[in-house]
Amino acid sequence: MATEFANANTASPDLMSAQVRTVQDNFRGRFFHVLRRWPLLPIAIVVMLVGMTILAPWVAPFGEEEINLRGRGAPPFWYTEWYEENPKLEVRYILGADHLGRDVLTRIMYGGRVSLTVAAISLVIGISIGSALGLVSGYFGGLFDEIMMRLVDVWNALPFLLIAILAAITVGQSVPLLLALLSLASWAGSVRNVRAETLTLKTREYVASSKVAGGSNIRIMIRHVMPNVINTIVVLATLRVGGLILTEASLSYLGAGVPSNIPTWGNMVSDGQGYLNSGEWWISVFPGTAILLVVMSVNFIGDWLRDRFDPRLRQL
Amino acid sequence: MRKFLLQRLAFGLLSLVAATLIVFILSRAQGDPLLLYAKPGGYGVSPEQIAALSAKLGLDRPLIVQYFLWLGDVLQGDFGKTLLAEQDVRMVVFQKLGATVQLGVAAFVLATIIGIPLGVLSAVKRATFWDYLGRGFALLGQATPAFFTGILGILIFAVYLGWLPPSGRPVHEPFFPDQIVAMIMPMVTLGWLPAATYLRLTRSSVLETLDSEFVKLARAKGVDANRVIWKHAFRNALIPPLTVSALILIGFLEGSVIVESVFAWPGVGRLAVDSIHNNDFPLLTGVIFMFAILYVVGSFLADVMYMVVDPRIRYD
Repeated sequence: MATEFANANTASPDLMSAQVRTVQDNFRGRFFHVLRRWPLLPIAIVVMLVGMTILAPWVAPFGEEEINLRGRGAPPFWYTEWYEENPKLEVRYILGADHLGRDVLTRIMYGGRVSLTVAAISLVIGISIGSALGLVSGYFGGLFDEIMMRLVDVWNALPFLLIAILAAITVGQSVPLLLALLSLASWAGSVRNVRAETLTLKTREYVASSKVAGGSNIRIMIRHVMPNVINTIVVLATLRVGGLILTEASLSYLGAGVPSNIPTWGNMVSDGQGYLNSGEWWISVFPGTAILLVVMSVNFIGDWLRDRFDPRLRQL
Repeated sequence: MRKFLLQRLAFGLLSLVAATLIVFILSRAQGDPLLLYAKPGGYGVSPEQIAALSAKLGLDRPLIVQYFLWLGDVLQGDFGKTLLAEQDVRMVVFQKLGATVQLGVAAFVLATIIGIPLGVLSAVKRATFWDYLGRGFALLGQATPAFFTGILGILIFAVYLGWLPPSGRPVHEPFFPDQIVAMIMPMVTLGWLPAATYLRLTRSSVLETLDSEFVKLARAKGVDANRVIWKHAFRNALIPPLTVSALILIGFLEGSVIVESVFAWPGVGRLAVDSIHNNDFPLLTGVIFMFAILYVVGSFLADVMYMVVDPRIRYD
């Protein structure tokens, strides 16, 4: 009962069940009903963007680093006048071209590979380490738990962005370093939640039974506790991924992400900023929109998953 | 309670030590800091002079001794001189602090006056236009990278409409309209994410209180709707937004690094980025140290807020 109430309170798309029931009969009503209940639109956006980046070598209209000086600053395709004034340019750029005549759409596809892969890998590393630490910490308690919790406190009180930039500049920008930094950015949050979950789970009877039957600590943690916290972990991960993509983009924007010769959404936005004044808005607006869409969609999916599977995390 | 606060304070100090240690290690990881001052074998630099310089800067001692020497100076407020202009680091940082504080306070006020009322409205008029407006605003705010909001703002309001200056902070006389007008865009950019956070928190918290027993009782007694909302529900619903406000203030530090870079706002955040690009280590460590102090103070305040605002929470 309690969880039902909690569910009804949240920002989930399926709030209006009463309202929906009345319109369910006709097709349009049913259509919107499905649209509200399931985050179809966000999923479609994520699938489309991720698919586009995965398939980049096959679907991209131009080569990865293809430069065409005739197409310097070419606007998106609907600026037909511009293309008529430049008849020597035989191609049209769907989303325009940058100051070197590189196709913006192609670069978004290849840039997304870097941005999304980096975010995904560091999410998996960070959340796994964080969850494992949280699990062990909550299960055993005692000194290790104490130290772990204080470590999380100390870590949360550090200005992460500046330290990340500093590390990137001193150690030298590279993809492994970025992965390490972003993993560091995501471990602390999961430790606390998984630990709290484990604390309640370890007092359950089936854990005690397993102990009586001679199950080792590792077995209990893996077979009996972990399956019950996996919900929380998945929800935490989806809620965290948007933040990670944003952090990666911010670091790239500030010039402290991946080396600047590799296109990412963040440094494409930053590249284009210098051309705003001359009206070439498409160089930075499209990659920025890609970030916005992807983050908004994963946040939406994350909220939805949380409301479905783990309403206790609502305050996150 | 006192024990809890003392403990928190101690961990705050520990975070500070951790921050300085990280900065120190990273600054040494870059290689011999002596190279920043003089190059061995450089024009007119004899080996004796190098040795003398190294002794003067304390670079001939073991690393751990160097750390404590540096920490000793730092604790006395002496961060040394900037590499480029040889100015006192403390002076430079304090000069820039004003601009950052001005921006931060303005953004905080903006976030509060938008986020909280809209959050209440969104909860009270659930599933209406206002709710969708509020939630849309929050969803966008949480998904748009600050630099992208900034760039869109520059594009629309500075390049196309010409209403606002694209960047900078005018300091000439007359002071009033110019500087305030220049602050509008950075303020909105910086304040959007916290406004979204406030909105979501307020919304879910108002929904929760509206569902609670004491509100139902008040309603059953026949108290009128406005009075129930503002007198009974709102006050209790304010607890979560109030407790995060200290953390939101901390978030401005991180946000200021990005927003100040986008708008060339001459504050501490931009100073940090500049010092990184100039390899100006004394300056950078000064800035990070100051950020770390503010972080620790902020998290401490957040803890205090929790205790003051919600006496139901017990700390033992």
